[in-house]
Amino acid sequence: MSRERIRGRVIKDRGFTGVVVLLSLLSIVPLVLILIYIVSNGISSVSWEFLVELPKPVGEKGGGIASAIIGSFLLVLIASLPAIPLGVSVGIYLSERRGARISSLVTLAVEVLHGTPSIVIGIVTYLWLVIRMGRFSALSGGIALGIMMLPVIVRATEETLKLIPDSLKEASLALGVPYHRTILKVIVPAGLSGIMTGILISVARIAGETAPLLFTAFGNPFMNWNIIKPVNAIPLLIYNYATSPYPEWHVIAWGASCVLVGLVLLLNVGARIIARRWKVQF
Amino acid sequence: MESTILKTEDLSAYFGDNRVVNQVSLSIPEHMVTTIMGPSGCGKTTLIRCFNRIHELISDARAEGKVYLRGEDIYAMDPILIRRRIGMVFQRPNPFPTMTIYDNVIAGYKLNGIKLSRSESDTIVENSLKGAALWDEVKDHLLRKGTFLSGGQQQRLCIARALAMNPDILLLDEPTSALDPKATARIEQLIEELKKTVTLVLVTHNIAQAGRVSDFTAFLYLGELVEFGPTERLHTAPKDRRTEEFLTGKFG
Repeated sequence: MSRERIRGRVIKDRGFTGVVVLLSLLSIVPLVLILIYIVSNGISSVSWEFLVELPKPVGEKGGGIASAIIGSFLLVLIASLPAIPLGVSVGIYLSERRGARISSLVTLAVEVLHGTPSIVIGIVTYLWLVIRMGRFSALSGGIALGIMMLPVIVRATEETLKLIPDSLKEASLALGVPYHRTILKVIVPAGLSGIMTGILISVARIAGETAPLLFTAFGNPFMNWNIIKPVNAIPLLIYNYATSPYPEWHVIAWGASCVLVGLVLLLNVGARIIARRWKVQF
Repeated sequence: MESTILKTEDLSAYFGDNRVVNQVSLSIPEHMVTTIMGPSGCGKTTLIRCFNRIHELISDARAEGKVYLRGEDIYAMDPILIRRRIGMVFQRPNPFPTMTIYDNVIAGYKLNGIKLSRSESDTIVENSLKGAALWDEVKDHLLRKGTFLSGGQQQRLCIARALAMNPDILLLDEPTSALDPKATARIEQLIEELKKTVTLVLVTHNIAQAGRVSDFTAFLYLGELVEFGPTERLHTAPKDRRTEEFLTGKFG
């Protein structure tokens, strides 16, 4: 082949690589800008006091977001308690019964649930729970968030377990291990890193949700540990404070945003570390 | 004639409507190595997977006919109990990736929730690993993950895992097909040793291997049992033309 043509190819190849690299870099620009903006506006108000103190009334300086942090923690806990076992079970079912009619139906349902706008989930929970209970509560907020977690956990579990070779299951069954023990003691442990990753990602997903909480957890300026009373949450606090007319509250909203973004970032990094460290070699 | 440990009568196996094993009647003698030989896709693996009722676990798969383990109809027994009496080693080594070498060997007990004292399980692990000729290589790092071993060692670990259950029969499904010649020789040597304590059924498409290690050979072709007899006789004076053609390399 002539030298000229090879040179042409090399130039095209380099050009293409350059474009791909450039576009990849461009795609992270928005994230970087958002992070810089939030951190530069919010970091000055974040301190230990900010994390452990309660909000102060309008006009007073200082005050923290402890009630919102505790509220978010409560909500995640309430959401996780039913969503993790249910999501993992459904994921196991889907990976075990591939191609069955019920499986494709469940898969479709999970996909639709995944795509349902969070505000709709909030309203539905409002109709189901808040109206019947006669009050806003951490419980209803947690359940709304749990519904949002569910599809993420189902998908992560299913995808992880599908990758586990059948030979592993046969090895266990051939030892006379009953099916349910094979699933619980061989298959699930082998897929644990993927399942844990899915759980952390789903927590990261719901930690920043505001819409489903507006009609359910509602928000609460005071510290509350009671799950059948309204509770505050970090995103709710940001929403309420940022839309208020008071500049002191805006500062707190920036600080809370900073905390929330840091939390979500941490969850995602944690998920990656688990995925890498706990990876099972077949 | 030796006593028969496993016997099939008109055993057929299906995937959906596709019959892959066709009315096989076979008697497997105790404390011998019986090879099931034949070209790829002739139903060898499916046949032995009927012996421990693993075949029926695949959706759409089923078996017809009778299989007797010491006179007991295995299709009338609890499959879980059969699988504890008939162990299996697969084509590709499949140690449990989350477990240590020690736990892999004892897995049959642990996963079944059978409680063992520390010394009991230590004894079982040591004897099984010795039985699988792996003890000397791994005795100093029993708490390492089983997947760190080489392919041949992993396969012997799987043999140890099956031996730990103290089975009557050990089914070996082309146990050396994923291994190099050295590791293969090691496993073949091991098979010689093992037949003192356990009946072995070996599936292979390797004629030479069948000749080297087995006492009896069954030749399976297109799901049918063509010929069954002592290995030496079958290899030197086959009665069926198809057996002869397979042995002389006309097909397969």
